[in-house]
Amino acid sequence: MAWRDDWRRVRAIARKDVTTELRAKAGFNSVASLGVTILILLGLALGPDAQALRDAAVGAVWLALLFSGVLAFNRSFQVELESGALEPLLQYPGPRWTIFAGKLLGNLIFLTLMVTIVVAVGVVLFSVRIPSRWPTLLGVLALGVVGLVVLGTFYASMASRSRAREVLLPLLLFPMLVPVLVAATTASKALLGADLMHDADAWIRLLAAYDVIFLIATFLAFEHVIEA
Amino acid sequence: MNLSGLGKRFGARWVLRGVTLEVSRGEAVGLLGANGSGKSTILRILGTLLNPTVGTATIDELDIVRDASAVRGRVGYLAHTPGLYDDLTARENLRFAADMLGLGYAAVEESLDRVGLSNVAGDRVRGFSAGMQRRLGIARLILRAPRILLLDEPYSNLDAEGIDLMNSILGDVVRAGGAALVALHELAPARGMLARTVSLVDGRIEPVSPALAAGERTGPMSVVR
Repeated sequence: MAWRDDWRRVRAIARKDVTTELRAKAGFNSVASLGVTILILLGLALGPDAQALRDAAVGAVWLALLFSGVLAFNRSFQVELESGALEPLLQYPGPRWTIFAGKLLGNLIFLTLMVTIVVAVGVVLFSVRIPSRWPTLLGVLALGVVGLVVLGTFYASMASRSRAREVLLPLLLFPMLVPVLVAATTASKALLGADLMHDADAWIRLLAAYDVIFLIATFLAFEHVIEA
Repeated sequence: MNLSGLGKRFGARWVLRGVTLEVSRGEAVGLLGANGSGKSTILRILGTLLNPTVGTATIDELDIVRDASAVRGRVGYLAHTPGLYDDLTARENLRFAADMLGLGYAAVEESLDRVGLSNVAGDRVRGFSAGMQRRLGIARLILRAPRILLLDEPYSNLDAEGIDLMNSILGDVVRAGGAALVALHELAPARGMLARTVSLVDGRIEPVSPALAAGERTGPMSVVR
């Protein structure tokens, strides 16, 4: 059945990406180090005031995820380019969206590992109190990461065709990520506070809507982006 | 394979200028040319990795642009660079290919065996020599069981045994009624395998000089314009 073959391709690409990244330890270590370093530097800059640290926690964590994510997205296509494997990958029969879906899944798994590290370090360094609505907060984190990974993977594929891809990716990605980051940080901040006005719910709906729109748009556009 | 008035421009530079060529079933055609003459570009266009700027090309009567997905299922393209994942083992590289092609893993072991890499199947490709990587690239090609071969410098980095292996694969495809277009720097390793040879100069098909063609043992030398 066609969908089974497609799903097999998606899993194969994701498994290959995660395996190569974890084996080439430099990739995971550099991305994780960047995220943790950003948190430490911001923590040091804010000083010992516990309330100031708590207020800045959400922004700091998302900033760390954003920059380490960009590094990870660039690497996901760099692996293909370095070994000249992009052309064989494009030469396999089957729909091209499976390549995007596989890369997306691989980046999602990789970034989930990153998020676990960055959030754990962020909670400790910024003295964050776990709120009663922590499952909702995790949901916001998941929606934000999905938005980040969808756009990051798509623009990394677009930038991979350029010689200046390391420079091009942030230029393309950052403006598009503004709505995702604003919604994710505002919702997270509301959930970490009292959220008396129930601001978080509206931002969460907006974040989910952005994710759905970006997911559909990027799947539709990928084939045209990756074609020579 | 039928190429008609094929042209490709990168920026302001035309790499191919109206290439017309036909490769029939049961035929292997050599494509000679200097570095940068456009040999690889022709193969990449036929492999659906590049779109032509002008002209058309068909494989098994399928248009390479309009029916790209179907063409990819028929074509086996061996690029100049092996395009393998260094941090995966030889077996993992081929299992990845099998997953992408919807094949069982038994075919992976057969391919490894045929290219003589069964004993290092569990080793990472990073430690392989250029010749071993080339053999693994050939194993991936065999896995596809292609009807059409597009081979870009297929003999580079291969020892005598590897050259024989490449020629046996080429012979199998041609004998089974398939076709092959083989980009080469020199004809010697492909002796006896090519039905004819054409040359690419300044993006156009040119006659092959008799001295150059003398390197070929069998088959008539011809040029298609």
